[in-house]
Amino acid sequence: MSGVPILSLMTFLPAAGALLILAARWSSSGQHAGHDTGVKWIAFIVTLATLALNLVALTQFDASQPGFQLVERVAWGAGLEYHMGVDQMAMALLLLTNFLMPLCILASWNIEKQVSAYMMLFLALHTLMQGVFGAMDIVLFYVFFEAGLIPMFILIGVWGGKNRVYAAFKFFLYTLIGSVLMLVALIFMAIMAKTTSIPELTAFAQQGGFAKDLQIWLWLAFFASFAVKMPMWPVHTWLPDAHVEAPTAGSVILAGVLLKMGGYGFLRFSLPMFPDASAFFTPLVFVMSVVAIIYASLVAFRQTDIKKLIAYSSVAHMGFVTMGIFAGTEQGVQGAIFQMLSHGIISGALFLIVGVIYDRMHTREIAAYGGLVHRMPVYAAIFLLFTMGNVGLPGTSGFVGEILTMAGTFPVNAWVTAGAATGVILSAVYALTLYRKVAFGKLENPALATITDINAREWVMFVPLVIGTLVLGFAPMIALDFTKASTQAILAGYDVFAGR
Amino acid sequence: MEAELVSRLANDLVWIRPELLLAGFALAATLVGAWLGDRVGGLLAGLCAVGLVIAAFFAWQMRPAEPQLVFGGALSIDGFSGYAKAVIALAAAATLLLGADHFARRNERRFEFPILIALSAVGMFVMVSANDLITLYVGLELQSLAAYVLAAFRRDDARSSEAGLKYFVLGALASGLLLYGASLIYGFTGSVRFDVIAASVADGGLGVMFGLVFLICGLAFKMSAAPFHMWTPDVYEGAPTPVTAFFAAAPKLAAVALLARVLYGPFADLEDQWRQVIMALAGISLLVGAFIALAQTNIKRLMAYSSIHNMGFALMALAAGTEKGASAALIYMTIYLPTTIGAFAGILAMRRDCKDVETIEDLSGLAQRKPWLAMLLTVIFFSVAGIPPLAGFFGKLVTFQAALDAGLWPLAVVAALATVISAAYYLNIIKVMWVNPPAPAFQSSGPTIAMTAGLATLLIFPVLVVGFGWVEQAALLAATSSFP
Repeated sequence: MSGVPILSLMTFLPAAGALLILAARWSSSGQHAGHDTGVKWIAFIVTLATLALNLVALTQFDASQPGFQLVERVAWGAGLEYHMGVDQMAMALLLLTNFLMPLCILASWNIEKQVSAYMMLFLALHTLMQGVFGAMDIVLFYVFFEAGLIPMFILIGVWGGKNRVYAAFKFFLYTLIGSVLMLVALIFMAIMAKTTSIPELTAFAQQGGFAKDLQIWLWLAFFASFAVKMPMWPVHTWLPDAHVEAPTAGSVILAGVLLKMGGYGFLRFSLPMFPDASAFFTPLVFVMSVVAIIYASLVAFRQTDIKKLIAYSSVAHMGFVTMGIFAGTEQGVQGAIFQMLSHGIISGALFLIVGVIYDRMHTREIAAYGGLVHRMPVYAAIFLLFTMGNVGLPGTSGFVGEILTMAGTFPVNAWVTAGAATGVILSAVYALTLYRKVAFGKLENPALATITDINAREWVMFVPLVIGTLVLGFAPMIALDFTKASTQAILAGYDVFAGR
Repeated sequence: MEAELVSRLANDLVWIRPELLLAGFALAATLVGAWLGDRVGGLLAGLCAVGLVIAAFFAWQMRPAEPQLVFGGALSIDGFSGYAKAVIALAAAATLLLGADHFARRNERRFEFPILIALSAVGMFVMVSANDLITLYVGLELQSLAAYVLAAFRRDDARSSEAGLKYFVLGALASGLLLYGASLIYGFTGSVRFDVIAASVADGGLGVMFGLVFLICGLAFKMSAAPFHMWTPDVYEGAPTPVTAFFAAAPKLAAVALLARVLYGPFADLEDQWRQVIMALAGISLLVGAFIALAQTNIKRLMAYSSIHNMGFALMALAAGTEKGASAALIYMTIYLPTTIGAFAGILAMRRDCKDVETIEDLSGLAQRKPWLAMLLTVIFFSVAGIPPLAGFFGKLVTFQAALDAGLWPLAVVAALATVISAAYYLNIIKVMWVNPPAPAFQSSGPTIAMTAGLATLLIFPVLVVGFGWVEQAALLAATSSFP
């Protein structure tokens, strides 16, 4: 392996890009024409370069070897360390993040308000999200995990829709209250184990370092944070508000990446570090997951706002993820990771799809649309593909994730699986209804008469997503084989202590 | 015999270089000021700032590995005092910078301002070095008396006079409590020297306990920990803003350091007793500071409640009763000072139509009118809220570490929840700046205010974050070398 700290380079490249934009703003005061376009190009190129670095990192990465790779470790102070490294699961989520980011920048091309600040916040967020998946030190993880709140708060609060302030506060405070409890728990763990390194903590926990009673409290503290982030029913209520009010690219990042941090946290911390407590709480998580799947699907059906509908469908799809994770079987966990990747692509794409018509019509009301297929055939085709992905049609990535999590849960609890399966039907109900109302029928709203089909920029945005969802749908082995080693490593510890 | 005395005195004087420098400056400046009047106000302020920086340098130099007792044991020069003095002096210098622009544009540049700051700094130096109850009281009073005058500094302003008077009357009450406690301790242990008290405190019985509680109450008043916080909002609001910035910064650190010195030195053996008191103070401060601040509309009053809330964190660290607790309190305060000074720099920049404005609403839409200032303030308020990767988070992290290390997890959970509540009002300020429709623009603030805000922000991120290990080492060394 070369001596280049590629993981850090890739993590902090967007932050450097943000500083570049800051410097440009400083020197030109942002006055002259073309400044904003320049800033957008800087952001786009920086995110593309990050993706390229990620691909380079992928070549140095051995998918078959369990454990963390590309490790960097520097002492920081107070027993903390700057400690980065990735396993297969983290690498997969990093790829998802870096894949979505350039598309988000493209989706933000129409932003006109305070462009420099917007792009800087986005790039800062990009660094922080990569840090979450790359951190191997528990405090460093927390720093990245929590710091993401700052850019998200401002992005929603400033560039969001009508009710944006309420949504931003709700998002911030909900997430913060979960996180501070996790902070107390993780300091407590670090003091007990005398280390803040995640692999060392995992080893300590698997040697029985945390007694069962203690595990239960620690698990609950972590759960408070990840369940909000995920979001699980009944603490999901921040999500529809935040989604609806966020700018399009913010929604994509929220659904595509930020929600995955909850699942990542469960797999990284809850399962391997508190196996007894995880086994103890599995019924609770199952119930919450099934309620989320069915309830959120029913609620989605009743929405009149497109974005809110997709937000509730996210809650339902995340229910499959938590169900698969806590099933604790290899199929379940593999399916959960796959579902996270797939949902990242599909829901990201759906938000972009809403963004396209919102840019043209400035409304997200379902009732304002109808018959789009007549004016926007290409758009309607893409929309149909991702609607099918959302429903879980075989051939799209959505199918693989759902079927695997359900197959993984079935041997553990058939009733829960049965409940989740009804959710699949319900998802078809709301997703197809939405599609029918928006795309089919007659063009009745006169404002739609001049609406144009997708332009070149939007083509560039959607083509990678279409390829992504089809490739993962037809050849899921690519992703599943990749994440296999890390899944087995995570479950190796869990199986022993969960008494299986 | 005499020669020996002289040489010992000379030796002792060398150890108090920082105090001598500032006291000498204050005396000389009084004469010069009386002779030349307010014309030299700016010059004296500049000299005072330079003097404070030199004093900080001296103090930093004098951090011996073993505590050095001077003047017959009245003062202890050790790692802890050296660290605290250096930070105090720098914070005081920063408030002089803030005052320079503020008083100049109001045409109120008086020569007394730097003198009072210097005297107050000397008082704080004595406080953090105090090794007996008399020195403690003298230092505290020197600091407080200068502060009372500073609060009433705007002589023709009713609010300022009220602030001064209120501060003085309540401060005198607190001093009375403290003296009463000190006399009880003296009566039951037979000495005012900390090391002698430490030896006999265990057999002092209930009398010492009473004395200790009174002493803690007096100190809690000085550091504005709830429920002894009543004076804080009024004084913060009434005093001229640079003075408020001063109150919110250096004296807070001095009071925390003094409390650490008292609790960890002479009363170390009574840890189980005082811990309950400190825990109660910490918990109440955290909650009072978090809840009442929610209802504030004046940003100076809000900062008052914010400082009460933050004192709760420092107290939580002290409640640990370990070296880690003392060093965590020092780190917390070290990080708190630039944050609060930066916040006040922002408040000082709030000036419209030649008048200072100070409600939160006045910040509306600052991000569009003055994006740079808004950005600095955003960083600062996210830092006080304790959001990583800003320095404020690391301050909270070490206090949590100290408290959990000592098994105080219920207090840690209270602190965690109070943090969320306090985050709501810091967020509100940020929201007002970024989201609200812009209010008329502020006048451009002076160069020193802008510079202070910029420096404070650079300290918050990234200097103190990257250099966190270094701060942590220094504070830990200070604690371990001073509390054996």
